[in-house]
Amino acid sequence: MVFKLNNQLLSRMAIGDGHGENSSYFDGWKAYDSDPYHHQNNPDGVIQMGLAENQLCFDKVEEWLKKNPAASICTPEGVAGFKDVAIFQDYHGLPQFRNAVAKFMGKVRGDRVSFDPDRIVMAGGATGAHETVAFCLADPGEALLVPTPYYPGFDRDLRWRTGVQLVPIECDSANNFKLRMEDLEAAYEMAKLNNIRVKGLLLTNPSNPLGTILDGDTLRNIAAFTNENNIHLICDEIYSATVFGKPDYVSIAEIVDEDRKSGRNGLNLDLIHIVYSLSKDMGFPGLRVGIVYSYNDVVVSCARKMSSFGLVSAQTQHMIGSMLSDAEFVEEFLGANRARLAERHGAFTGGLGRVGIRCLRSSNAGLFVWMDLRRLLKEQSVEAETALWRVIINEVKLNVSPGSSFHCSEPGWFRVCFANMDDETMEVALGRIRAFVAKHKEAMKPARKLCAQSSLKLSFSGRIYDEFIMSPRSPIPQSPLVRART
Amino acid sequence: TGSLQNFLNHQKPNPRPQPQSRNLFFPSHPLYFQRTATLSLTPFPLLFSSSTLTLSTYFPLTPSLRSPSPQRVSRDPRRGPMTESPSSEPEPPSPKPRAAAGNGMRLVVPLQGVVQGRGGLILGSLIPCALFYFLQLYLKRHRSPKPPASSSNPPSPSSSSPNLGDLARTSSRSNLLGRGSIVPVRLSSRGMAIAKPNDSPYYVGLDKVAGDPFHRVDNPEGIIQLGLSENTLCFDLIERWMKENLMDSLMGGDGAELSINGMATYQPFDGLMELKVAMADFMSRVMGKGVSFDPSQMVLMAGATPAIEILTFCLADHGNAFLIPTPYYPGFDRDIKFRTGVELIPVHCRSTDNFMLTVTALDQAYNQARKRGLKVRGILFSNPSNPVGNILSRETLYELLDFAQEKNIHIISDEIFAGSLYGTAEEFVSVAEIIEGEEFDKSRVHIIYGLSKDLSLPGFRVGVVYSYNENVLAAAKRLTRFSSISAPTQRLLISMLSDAKFIEEYIETNRKRIRRMYDLFVGGLDQLGIRCAKSSGGLYCWADMSILIALYSEKGELELWDKLLNVGKVNVTPGSACHCIEPGWFRCCFTALAEEDVPLVMERIGKVAEMCKSGH
Repeated sequence: MVFKLNNQLLSRMAIGDGHGENSSYFDGWKAYDSDPYHHQNNPDGVIQMGLAENQLCFDKVEEWLKKNPAASICTPEGVAGFKDVAIFQDYHGLPQFRNAVAKFMGKVRGDRVSFDPDRIVMAGGATGAHETVAFCLADPGEALLVPTPYYPGFDRDLRWRTGVQLVPIECDSANNFKLRMEDLEAAYEMAKLNNIRVKGLLLTNPSNPLGTILDGDTLRNIAAFTNENNIHLICDEIYSATVFGKPDYVSIAEIVDEDRKSGRNGLNLDLIHIVYSLSKDMGFPGLRVGIVYSYNDVVVSCARKMSSFGLVSAQTQHMIGSMLSDAEFVEEFLGANRARLAERHGAFTGGLGRVGIRCLRSSNAGLFVWMDLRRLLKEQSVEAETALWRVIINEVKLNVSPGSSFHCSEPGWFRVCFANMDDETMEVALGRIRAFVAKHKEAMKPARKLCAQSSLKLSFSGRIYDEFIMSPRSPIPQSPLVRART
Repeated sequence: TGSLQNFLNHQKPNPRPQPQSRNLFFPSHPLYFQRTATLSLTPFPLLFSSSTLTLSTYFPLTPSLRSPSPQRVSRDPRRGPMTESPSSEPEPPSPKPRAAAGNGMRLVVPLQGVVQGRGGLILGSLIPCALFYFLQLYLKRHRSPKPPASSSNPPSPSSSSPNLGDLARTSSRSNLLGRGSIVPVRLSSRGMAIAKPNDSPYYVGLDKVAGDPFHRVDNPEGIIQLGLSENTLCFDLIERWMKENLMDSLMGGDGAELSINGMATYQPFDGLMELKVAMADFMSRVMGKGVSFDPSQMVLMAGATPAIEILTFCLADHGNAFLIPTPYYPGFDRDIKFRTGVELIPVHCRSTDNFMLTVTALDQAYNQARKRGLKVRGILFSNPSNPVGNILSRETLYELLDFAQEKNIHIISDEIFAGSLYGTAEEFVSVAEIIEGEEFDKSRVHIIYGLSKDLSLPGFRVGVVYSYNENVLAAAKRLTRFSSISAPTQRLLISMLSDAKFIEEYIETNRKRIRRMYDLFVGGLDQLGIRCAKSSGGLYCWADMSILIALYSEKGELELWDKLLNVGKVNVTPGSACHCIEPGWFRCCFTALAEEDVPLVMERIGKVAEMCKSGH
């Protein structure tokens, strides 16, 4: 007799939904997957604008690979190195790879800081790197603070297998979504009141989805705060080479360096960790290179042992090692990358601006814009946002990611990626948006008028007024009472 | 509670006539009584059963405790005359001190009184709790200080051997890190556990070799690595293939498919379909043509290490257990237990059975685990076995499947050495072949595979979970996000594995060369008087050096391992690292050796053997 195995015999992890793929962020991917745009074969398909991929400089990479065939060991020129690479399974990583990545990380930060190759720990992409850090720093039930809006994948990467919780710190448009110290302190105190053991603060700098960077002073204050409360500070800097405009980028590594050099030594370096990856800065997500860089020796040793669960193929290490050791190439690549991103960002936001759609203005980094469609919402609610998002996916045929999937506290914001396509596709996307806005002119018009009334700057009170006019039965999150509390 | 049952039985046939007024408190209806009685009585014996046990075993009851006051019970106004029967039942007048259970009962009875009496539930639960607390306090104070040796570190420090001392020292150093450092480093407790230096001799040996590796020309005095199961015998074949299949660049020339877009950008996390197809084909070649593998039942990840971990995450929750025959691969302790919190229950196999797994031993281990309150979720075994190299017979596989079906648990077959066979006597049978024909529930069967051993590409990090369970596949696919294979590596492997002629030649030549090394190596050991277990697969042999150990114990074994490492300059894996219960067995990997180095290895082992025999 055959007993059928039921689901109860699997782990809670296998049958639960901790993977978070029921979020609309992933729904959009599925919609794209079933009907992908192709300029010739499927011109009416969905254009993927939900994927933060950087394809603007692939020509540079291709060119380099052609010039350096020995870098990939699977060529006649490179086969001599094959034996050593094929058998290499040391979790420390190839020395050449570690050195090159450390040097690259310094270069990205304008050579203002240097990184120690012995602290470079490999992981399976930034996804794996985040999980490794969470495994190292927190036990199940303990929590990390994360400012919203944040990357939807964090819910999976940091929580799923580790059992760690995320406590959101709400940021809003009144302040350009900038993290304020009082919000940070309030969230920390609130978590403590609720008996949640906070182990650290996770910052994405430059921010995904906002495309903004933190200024040096804020970063210093945040570091002082985490230091004072003896909690960890994890800085996700995977977009650090995508900063294309002023002001200049400040990495936590620079704050650390500054603290060291000034001789104050006010920061406990054991509490500072950086997550890095080549997926965004180089545009190599397929290579699955994630990096944990920690100033804490115990975390380095622990993460290194865990890296056996997500080692980078030695062949890829070898290739990356050779590529990033080529200083000339790195210099050229980084310059071209910034210039092209700036150009693309300008073209895209300009195109949106011409039809009256605005994006978060302070953005000067990332592979995306944070698009403001609040005026197109029927009412200021998550439901209305989701409804609009479905229209964008199904009618406009663009896969963008709604703010609610980023845990944004205000409905109506969307993340739109612009670097994973060529110029023509971007133009098609802009054309579709233009047509869509033309159809909804009546929705845009009063909004523009209101905007004009409330002076040039979109003020806090004006916006609240705005929302109440448009939706008298606005749900709780928009209530001024709730705002007043924080 | 036994007495209570007795009492209730008494009541049913012959309910005593009750005065009307009493009925208010105590209705004569047996059901009502039963409910109130159980409500008030059962918490106590339950709560107390563990503590009474402690009381009676560790702590002779004081006379005052031992003699309960039945008067208090009968004085209870609500219970009236009826209390006579239950309270008198558990204590028949016996002059002799009674057994532990009796003492427990005596203690419980007055407390029942407290519960039902005026003291009420609060006092009734406070008193025993307080009693128990004081008892614990008393026990703690009066405990004789135990020698710390029995605490944790299995390899006991020995002054004569530098490396054994190292083992103990490293672990104590890590303790210091945790507690004594000036700045409190607040990591997770599991992080701290992982950050501790590995004290398994398996890892200590590997580290030692990394510091002083043998090289025929550059470092002839270095340590020879026999501890890592890697295979360098057929690299010439792969190199030749690379040269012949002129891939003019990583992008594969003109093919649009293989442009940088197909490599650098996001790819499916669970592996490219083309690689799955090629892998399925490779697996059926390796495991005998009788089985075919379905690419859609396959999930690819960066090595067998994450494969086994991901599968464990899917099949078991924190605190659940897998049964695993010993001796087993030392890395499993890390790969499986570290982050999942799943336990491994050893099923001990013995040299008299040539370390073959038997269902009797399995059943015994299963029952013991159940007794300990562990939830067993599956059986994990490697076939061909690592470190012994023997192969599970068809019959044993049937028995295992029956066992898993009977107990309703999973089967995880690690077949990562399936293509590295050198024996002729035994035939390798994959569990995939067994379940194909029979009416087994396939959804409980999972196979682990990888290219690190059979294609000797450990650096390429390719592991496979092959499962017949849709839910496991769905979950595993999602979990591969944390450990995907680099796309360029996948592209390279697709072209290599798709070349059928090359693969066929490779598998055959590889087997021949392993066989040759096996004969050389095992023959060499034989001349030194060291016998090996009968084996048919793997990149190693399982050598019995018990004749060389002074003490027939783990300590003796580790002393010999230490001599081999530090005097003989040969790194082998001791059986204790593989959880073998018989001391004196060692795993020696021979496929990373050059043929001409075998005499040197034998000379070194021979030197240590002489030392041992002469008593030093």
